[in-house]
Amino acid sequence: MTGVLLEARNIGKKFGGVQALKDVSLTIRRGEIYGLIGPNGAGKTTLFNVFTGLYPRDGGEVLFAGRPLTLESPHTVAAAGIARTFQNIRLFGNMTARENVMVGRHVRTRAGVFGAILRTPAERAEEAAIRRSASELLHYVGIADRADDLARNLSYGDQRRLEIARALATEPQLLALDEPAAGMNATETVGLRQLIEGLRKDGLTVLLIEHDVKLVMGLCDRVAVLEYGEKIAEDVPEAVKNNPKVIEAYLGTSAH
Amino acid sequence: MGWSKKEKLGLACIAVALIALPFVLAMAGTAWVRITNFAVLFVLLSLGLNIVVGFAGLLDLGYVAFFAVGAYVYALLASPHFGLHLPFWLILPLGAAVAGIAGAVLGAPTLRLRGDYLAIVTLGFGEIVRIFMNNLSAPVNITNGPKGINLIDPFRLGDFSFSANSGALSGPIKYYYFLLLVLLAVIVINRRLQDSRIGRAWVAIREDEIAAKAAGINTRNIKLLAFAMGASFGGIAGGMFAAIQGFVSPESFILNESIMILAMVVLGGMGNIWGVIAGAALLSFMPELLRYTVEPAQKALFGRMLVDPEVLRMLIFGLALVLTMRFRPAGLWPETRHKRELDADRK
Repeated sequence: MTGVLLEARNIGKKFGGVQALKDVSLTIRRGEIYGLIGPNGAGKTTLFNVFTGLYPRDGGEVLFAGRPLTLESPHTVAAAGIARTFQNIRLFGNMTARENVMVGRHVRTRAGVFGAILRTPAERAEEAAIRRSASELLHYVGIADRADDLARNLSYGDQRRLEIARALATEPQLLALDEPAAGMNATETVGLRQLIEGLRKDGLTVLLIEHDVKLVMGLCDRVAVLEYGEKIAEDVPEAVKNNPKVIEAYLGTSAH
Repeated sequence: MGWSKKEKLGLACIAVALIALPFVLAMAGTAWVRITNFAVLFVLLSLGLNIVVGFAGLLDLGYVAFFAVGAYVYALLASPHFGLHLPFWLILPLGAAVAGIAGAVLGAPTLRLRGDYLAIVTLGFGEIVRIFMNNLSAPVNITNGPKGINLIDPFRLGDFSFSANSGALSGPIKYYYFLLLVLLAVIVINRRLQDSRIGRAWVAIREDEIAAKAAGINTRNIKLLAFAMGASFGGIAGGMFAAIQGFVSPESFILNESIMILAMVVLGGMGNIWGVIAGAALLSFMPELLRYTVEPAQKALFGRMLVDPEVLRMLIFGLALVLTMRFRPAGLWPETRHKRELDADRK
């Protein structure tokens, strides 16, 4: 039995009068790919933003790697070991691909102003290590040949890969991907799938929000379904697929 | 990152030219050496502001406040006003530190602001500092109000005073070399910061603040650091300004100065150190050049003065700015990143 990596209990989130999340509880186990699906507006991205500290939550608690996650701000969450990508890709457009990944190393490195100004041996060694690991990560996600291109000039699929590489640079235990296949063509999706499977093989835990149900069902070990801010199912893909509540949420009530 | 061979050769030529420059200028009159010194001061200010605006993308319209802080720190600690005459090598770093703290103090309440909103708050801050300088003369006379502080000590190292002439070296020429040294240090510091973990974090915040946060950057601290670093350069420039001028008053630190420094950064090419230097040098020299050419040119052409030189000077100056922004919107010498991006669009 693998251990629990993230446990969320009774997460709630309100936007004005709208209850975006209502008592959502879920557990993500180490080493699994955990899918989060649901119709548009079900609260998937909101839950995601709560996990990654972008939104403060209104209720409930999150345990990450056995410790309560304070979620006070995104950078402490990144330091704790959760990395994320965004639904609408957010890269540093005027930086090169390599620099984007190097920024991801920020949270695991220490050099300050004086180290940089004096170019101390420690700073130089760290800088070289940052550069090396950035190159390795670009190679890992398969865009090593674009390392010196500006992020904004990469193809859509490569931008997705770059965002994943930047997230990996923070050395996460949990990688959270918000609709990574959105807008990808069939070939790009296959490549993405191989990349995510490779991540699992290398021992990473992945939280995946996705609209492409085929991708989710084929890739995930377990899947949770959200509707109107509530979790209506959490199980292995086969069971979720046949869950009447889920079918209803996606297709509406069957005519009698 | 090192220098290429071509860069090295170019730098050597520039170095020789810069070392010879004051003697050439002195032939045209010591006034030109003074003008050059002020140009170097403005280059320093632009490089400081470039950290805030060019690297971190935080629009600051009150930058001259830090120049003022540095100038007043120097003036108060090295003039008969309080009877203090501390050595310059002590006060200059102190002025930089005080200005840096002022930068962080300005930064703290503006962390959530960007763009126009940030510009307005920083503009207000700049005005507050000037008004303080203007009014801190009663009940306790600290700044001597609008009359300013006079008889400020020049730089002095033992018996070597920067204000007196010693042989072929006039006062302004000595200051020129000192400014050149400081400028060199500031350029090295800027370049090193740009290529560092901190510099990347600044640019990341400029590019996308939310993504920067998600990538693990403590945007609050990194922004404060940008404000403080930028402000401390302003503080150093301020201290040297006070010493060279021998006199400071609130009048020197008006909003116009802030806007002029920002124009230098934008005109030269935000984010690119060499562009910013070029922009600052150009905008400092151009009004002076026009001052000395507009009047004789009119006399030669029309035999009399048709337009007041001051008016015409500002007219030409403004026109040049507008034309530059129209035809080179990224600045005269944009950051290579932006240039590459434009090239890619053209393909």
